[in-house]
Amino acid sequence: MAVADERGGFQREPAGASAAGRPAIVSALHEWTTTVDHKKLGIMYVAMAIFFLVVGGCEALLMRLQLVVPNNDLVGPDTFNQLFTMHGTTMVFFVGMPILIGMANYLVPLMIGARDMAFPRLNALGFWTTLFGGLLVYFSFATGGAPAMGWFAYAPLTETTFARSAATDFWALGLVTSGVGSIAAGVNFIATILGMRAPGMTMTKIPFFAWTMLWTSVQLLVAIPPLTAGLIMVLFDRQLGAHFFDVQNGGSAYFWQHLFWFFGHPEVYILILPVFGMVSEVIPVFSRKVLFGYEFMAAATMAIALISLGVWAHHMYCVGMSRTLDLYFVVASLLVSIPTGIKFFNWLATMFGGRISFASPMLFSVGFLSMFLIGGLTGIMLAVAPFDFQLSDTYFVVGHFHWVLIGGTLFGVFAGIHYWYPKVTGRMLSERLAWWQFWLLYLGFLLTFGPMHLSGMLGMPRRIFTYQPDRAWEIWNQLSTLGAFIQAPSYAIFVYNVVASLSNGKPAGDDPWDAWTLEWSTTSPPPSYNFEVIPTVHSRRPLWDLKHPDDPDWQYE
Amino acid sequence: MSGVIALGRWTLLAAGDSPVHDVSIFSPASNSAESIASLSILVLAVAGLIFLVVEGVLFYSIVRFRPSRVERESAPDTEPPQVYGSHPIEIAWTVAPSVIVFFLVLVTARTLWEVNAAPPQTANAAGVLDITVVGRQWWWEYQYNSYDGRPLGFATASELHIPAGSGGVARPVRLTLKSADVCHSFWVPRLEGKMDAIPGRVNTLWLQTDRPGLYLGQCAEYCGTQHAHMLIRVVVQTPEEFEGWLENQSRPAVDDPQAVEGRRTLLSESCVNCHRIRGTTAAGNYAPDLTHLMSRQTFAGAMLDLDRRNLRRWVRNPQSIKQGCLMPAFGLTDEKQDLIVRFLATLR
Repeated sequence: MAVADERGGFQREPAGASAAGRPAIVSALHEWTTTVDHKKLGIMYVAMAIFFLVVGGCEALLMRLQLVVPNNDLVGPDTFNQLFTMHGTTMVFFVGMPILIGMANYLVPLMIGARDMAFPRLNALGFWTTLFGGLLVYFSFATGGAPAMGWFAYAPLTETTFARSAATDFWALGLVTSGVGSIAAGVNFIATILGMRAPGMTMTKIPFFAWTMLWTSVQLLVAIPPLTAGLIMVLFDRQLGAHFFDVQNGGSAYFWQHLFWFFGHPEVYILILPVFGMVSEVIPVFSRKVLFGYEFMAAATMAIALISLGVWAHHMYCVGMSRTLDLYFVVASLLVSIPTGIKFFNWLATMFGGRISFASPMLFSVGFLSMFLIGGLTGIMLAVAPFDFQLSDTYFVVGHFHWVLIGGTLFGVFAGIHYWYPKVTGRMLSERLAWWQFWLLYLGFLLTFGPMHLSGMLGMPRRIFTYQPDRAWEIWNQLSTLGAFIQAPSYAIFVYNVVASLSNGKPAGDDPWDAWTLEWSTTSPPPSYNFEVIPTVHSRRPLWDLKHPDDPDWQYE
Repeated sequence: MSGVIALGRWTLLAAGDSPVHDVSIFSPASNSAESIASLSILVLAVAGLIFLVVEGVLFYSIVRFRPSRVERESAPDTEPPQVYGSHPIEIAWTVAPSVIVFFLVLVTARTLWEVNAAPPQTANAAGVLDITVVGRQWWWEYQYNSYDGRPLGFATASELHIPAGSGGVARPVRLTLKSADVCHSFWVPRLEGKMDAIPGRVNTLWLQTDRPGLYLGQCAEYCGTQHAHMLIRVVVQTPEEFEGWLENQSRPAVDDPQAVEGRRTLLSESCVNCHRIRGTTAAGNYAPDLTHLMSRQTFAGAMLDLDRRNLRRWVRNPQSIKQGCLMPAFGLTDEKQDLIVRFLATLR
């Protein structure tokens, strides 16, 4: 085994036969499937997420083709309903969460100067349950078709009366399983960040990404259990004849909505807080300025994490709550916009007066800033209950959350991947390909999801497999479909870039971006033990202190 | 008789409609939809303003703080001044959004109380039309309970007829929303925001408009295979036209001597297990009431125009038109199908 070495990163070339005389591929497989190294697990999380991203993306393209003309019969209603159910489930549980948890898995120990996560075996368990949860959900196709109830699976559509095949059971079991993985990851991050920081790194000096992961993990621990409980109730109803959501026998369909959204709303912050952390690492480095207002950013993160636990029923304005309850959820939801605004202004202030360079990580970060703002503003519109009486469950909502999840999460994740890829592989990604990827994604994204806001305001509900020709929705749907097909090659370029740069990329060196956090002080890729000597930290930017011994940061913090 | 005339007039009115139906939330046709629309425009304006300011600062920073080639080459390693933060600035941009949020909460509360105003009338007060709306996979049932204090007691499907207010007299319509199976959502954008029909729960929605016309909508909560074809048509009529329509609907089914054989065929088949035709032995309560089928413009969850050709296709095999719908193909002979459709066509 020449290269599957003590450097925990990639194995870059086949190595003949291993010492034990096994073929290289077998040793590599053995190495990767039995590893408890946070870096290998992180890479596998991200690889899994990219695989499911392609699957979920193909599902989306099929839906867009179906909607390109009214009364289309390209795919029937059953297939279409399965497609949007699986697309949503896949993107939330098997793309969004694993890619963020995976990147954090790789980076958090490196950034806080630790040699691994607090519980390496739990970490491996978390990855494998997440992966097999995803496969279990996709196993539902073997029952003759995936579930067709939408990713939030409103009861009683999940009851045996309305979902007769075992697809729903596979779906629920898969999500319970991957939920175990998410909780394991949450516990692990909290223990790691609280207990394994390098000497000198007090809680007020941790890298911002680690701080956001701490609060993301708190949210995971609060949000996932209600979902798991709800899913188990669904399984009880279906398999053991219980009546939690079986209305005919005294169950409550309404109860599921509360359970689900009590998970579902914190979930969207689970998908965005880590990204806030990533761009908070990228923007300072590429503006050559320290993050503006660290303490306020940190407080804002905490505020978002806590307030967002109390806003779930803004997904349910139309269920007929009282006006008082409606108003409570309006106030709570709008309150979230204040700390989010603080973050935004601090990012802008970080750029202001800097020396901005537009290498790919910054390009994607600026894409994130310009688009996430819009997603936030449409979020304010949806939080205003009377406006939502009209917009709820329309294409406006679809436009809104894709704006947040692609314009926000995905752009931020791409910023992060372009930023840390050199550290993980020792190679640079091609900037030229990244440029193409960015602009195709940016334009395709605008064209796909912009028109959805209009078709929504023009009265088009979401989740309809076809629509009437006399509603003036055609043109907006056609633009959306066009946009989707402009976006598609961007993902192909990304995957190609990631794979090809493993061997073609320019050697990166340890610190290609002249950055300031600890991960850049070790080799690229880092050895399996991360640091030869655990560094001692005096400020939030330990490498700045090293590079500017005349003007170290700790004087100002 | 007046019913038929009213119906004829309405048909003319409908024929004059433009082929594209407006279902925009910004073409309100009722007070409540109007107050939502004006709040929406206000919120859009606030959001637009924030958008311009913030994107403006972002764009300015990108352009202004990107060093030129000369700067980059002359001083490649210079770092700009490091600014760690500023309490006054942080406080300023915490307070500013808070003020905006406070303002938004106030206007939202006002509109919330406006559109959900506790109606002054009880269900059987003068001028009030009381209807129970039942969401079913995949059509809407409208049970007319009472109007203007008079009990009614008939049911229709697909098309909701309501009176318009006129001459300063409001005609509020009280919809009691229920579901017979899964969650649905009743939504006619130009008349009201949506309200869910959830099994095991009873919701109330008031409609009130002064503008006669046809208003379209559809189920807005995913409810299974044919969610896309659970359409809503609200026909708002002048009070006189509406009276005529009511009079016709309140009568039992027409007994046309020319369709006796078709009637006998229908009543001897399993149609009667699900459908109701008042005045006959067909008394099912699972499928649309057919008593005055031909007084409607559409059927099958309002997805099909109601004419003999479509009816014939439907009776032959509903699954080939609305896949997954709860009416099976019964495999009747062509002759029986013809007879049944001939009878159905008499149900004015």
